[in-house]
Amino acid sequence: MSGTTRNLILHLFVLAMLTALYFIVSEYHSGNLARIMVMAVYAMGYNLLFGYTGLLSLGHALFFASGMYGFGLAMEHLGASAAPAMLIGLISALIVSAVIGFLALRTSGVAFMIVTLMFAQAGYLTILLAGTYTRGDEGFVIKQADRVLGGIDLSQSDNRYFAALILFGICFLFIGWLVQTRFGKTLVAIRENPERARMLGYDIQRHKLLAIIISGTLSGVAGAAYALLFGYAGATFAMVEYSIYPLLWVLLGGAGTTIGPLIGTIFMTYLINITSEFTSAYMLVAGLILILLTLFAPHGLAGVLRKKLLPWLP
Amino acid sequence: MNLLSTTGLSKNYAGLQAVSDVNFDLPAGQVRALIGPNGAGKTTFVGMLSGRIESSQGTVLFDNTDITRLPAHKRMSMGMAYTFQITSVFSKLSVHENIALAARRVVKGGKSDVDTRVSEVLNKVNLTDRYDQIAGDLSYGHQRLLEIGMGLAQKPRLFILDEPTQGLAESEIDDFIALIAELSTGTTILLIEHNMDVVMRTAHYITVLNFGEILAEGTPDEIRANEAVQSAYLGKS
Amino acid sequence: MDFGPYLFIASLEGAITAAVLALTAVGLSIVFGIMRVVNVAHGEFFMLGAVIAWWITSMVSSHPALGFVAALIIAPIVVGVLAMVCDYLVLRRINYDPERTIVATIGLLYVLQQTTLMTFGPEARPVEPPFNTRIALPWFEFGENGFALTWPWGLSTTTYKLAVIGAAVFILLVLWVIMSRTRMGLIMRATQLDSEMAQAHGIPVNKVYALIFGLGAGLAALGAVLVVPIQQAHYLMGGDPLLLSFIVVIIGGLGSVAGTIVAAILIGMSNGIISVFFTPTLAKIIATLLVAFVLVFRPQGLFGKPER
Repeated sequence: MSGTTRNLILHLFVLAMLTALYFIVSEYHSGNLARIMVMAVYAMGYNLLFGYTGLLSLGHALFFASGMYGFGLAMEHLGASAAPAMLIGLISALIVSAVIGFLALRTSGVAFMIVTLMFAQAGYLTILLAGTYTRGDEGFVIKQADRVLGGIDLSQSDNRYFAALILFGICFLFIGWLVQTRFGKTLVAIRENPERARMLGYDIQRHKLLAIIISGTLSGVAGAAYALLFGYAGATFAMVEYSIYPLLWVLLGGAGTTIGPLIGTIFMTYLINITSEFTSAYMLVAGLILILLTLFAPHGLAGVLRKKLLPWLP
Repeated sequence: MNLLSTTGLSKNYAGLQAVSDVNFDLPAGQVRALIGPNGAGKTTFVGMLSGRIESSQGTVLFDNTDITRLPAHKRMSMGMAYTFQITSVFSKLSVHENIALAARRVVKGGKSDVDTRVSEVLNKVNLTDRYDQIAGDLSYGHQRLLEIGMGLAQKPRLFILDEPTQGLAESEIDDFIALIAELSTGTTILLIEHNMDVVMRTAHYITVLNFGEILAEGTPDEIRANEAVQSAYLGKS
Repeated sequence: MDFGPYLFIASLEGAITAAVLALTAVGLSIVFGIMRVVNVAHGEFFMLGAVIAWWITSMVSSHPALGFVAALIIAPIVVGVLAMVCDYLVLRRINYDPERTIVATIGLLYVLQQTTLMTFGPEARPVEPPFNTRIALPWFEFGENGFALTWPWGLSTTTYKLAVIGAAVFILLVLWVIMSRTRMGLIMRATQLDSEMAQAHGIPVNKVYALIFGLGAGLAALGAVLVVPIQQAHYLMGGDPLLLSFIVVIIGGLGSVAGTIVAAILIGMSNGIISVFFTPTLAKIIATLLVAFVLVFRPQGLFGKPER
């Protein structure tokens, strides 16, 4: 069996499991899973830049929010229906990531992290400042009647689950394909030894910019999908926590693996859900895990799996 | 026909003249060695050829095209390959992926065409049995060979090697010399070298740098007999 | 009040912000300058200084000045020691790798912040200043009799606020003397310039790093103790000082203490003035974008040297 076929089977298996889960678990859990799958798309977008290209951004919430508000504002103020609004959300995120990428890539390392953080903060504050349109921190609800795509009412929990699954599936297969193309392998080379990659004739800056654009657009699609499926757009999703979450999910699940983002998102979401039943200080868990991961397990769950057992894991 | 030539190439660093006004011509198909004592400006000069260092003055022509302002990756894609003074491979990736990354940019066609090139190259540098090994686990000598293999995979027109035999064992050096001899039919080679034995056995022509200027140029015999070169080097072998 | 006096008040508020900011930012700058790491949890050390100050003053029930002086001494030391523990447990083990340090200190931020939430609670709690007399401030006017001083109603400040500015200046001067004139300062500067050489000369680099990290945190805590009678202690109060310290350190040039101080004055003053005349949100947006654009177009800041 060739590597490509094996990887495809692995990815399809994961999707089959996610499909089966709907029929096995309670509605509470399937609701959680729908949310998790949308967030996993965000995590996969982040992973492309962090895990595969080696660029640590602290400002991805800006891209997520661009998609969310692109979608939400198009519905609220332009009266668009779901499909064109999703497209507008996608395009918003694409444009924002291209601009930010162009500017931020003039820096590297720690400066890159700070610049992305700053742009994201400015984005969040601008959403607050433009409160008359965006309703700031409070956010706005997207009416149930509007959350219809192709005649299907996505506010129903079964439709919502499968819409999330389809979205996740498309992005999951897309990433699985992308990372084994020449482009994907060059990103890994850039992560591993950028100077060597440069002297092999690869245009490092162009590759990084493309990585940021794809990463940011995926994040924006997740944001738009979240607004569509869960009926809400708010400034909290542009706050710094939402830039830290994908880092946390990807680190925990395994940076630079295709399955890692999903694993990390599932794990962390449930961990935080359980913790928040005991205390309002649930982010303590997030903090502890970040420290422990950095100290002892920088490869994350799937990363360790790949190192010890399955070296072919994509 | 000159594959590579420079006119008045200079580099100064805030008052320190590292390379002054070098006019250098490299005909296609030649094996040229660039030698000189430490601090002579060899690495700076080659840096300006490869594009890693920006020149202060002068021009660089590759295949009659002015590449003076071209960034390094563009120069490489025009048909240059470069190995680092301190071996630089993708140490966490496998041996075959290292070669594949070099080959992919130049091989048209799909995965199997790239794999064919990878096998060819690994054969040439005798690393076929290490196909799946992680590059960082190889001995230093083998990593150097791997890096040379990466250059070969690009089928370059100009192959620049910065102190390629440094750290190699005697037998590895002999293999290297044989490799260069085989390569030189078709590829132009520029070597920075300190190992005089290697220089004398491989180079068709030698350029000697001292204090950032060309001290002498000639065949190995001419250079060996040159008194100015001898006094600059004073018995280095 | 007319524009003039209003601007005066805004400037005064800005000066207080600048004073406290200078202390906090210098702490961050020293850590980056000498250890080459960015401590994202720096704002939490600031917050802990304020929280511990509240705790101490609420325990000392006699004259508020007594409690305050106790807090002024104890809080920075406690926070400094805590920081040294964090350095030992975490930072040293990841070898001060820049990217891993940022991720680890993000984790530290949440641990410190949320632990405070669990113990101190979500409310803001006030601390009484040691002294607090209102002082009317003069303004000038050109009237029929030429230059004259007036005392517009509402143009006033408190003795404590003026004292904060004075205290900050004093502390920074002491710090400058220590850094440039004492053996300890010499050791710090040597470690900054070349840690390997410093080690070769017998300087215990690890111990110096621990001390520096503690010093940086202690300075932030000190700034917080000074400002808490004006502001109130709250578990989320570390966010703004962190952002502003970042801005100041980057604009002033990472590693340049003089640049940090000048930038703190600039940023503190302008932030205060923009906040008063427009909105605090706009002030923050401008400050945030300023950092981003300085890093993108002039990475050495205003005073740093460009890297070759």
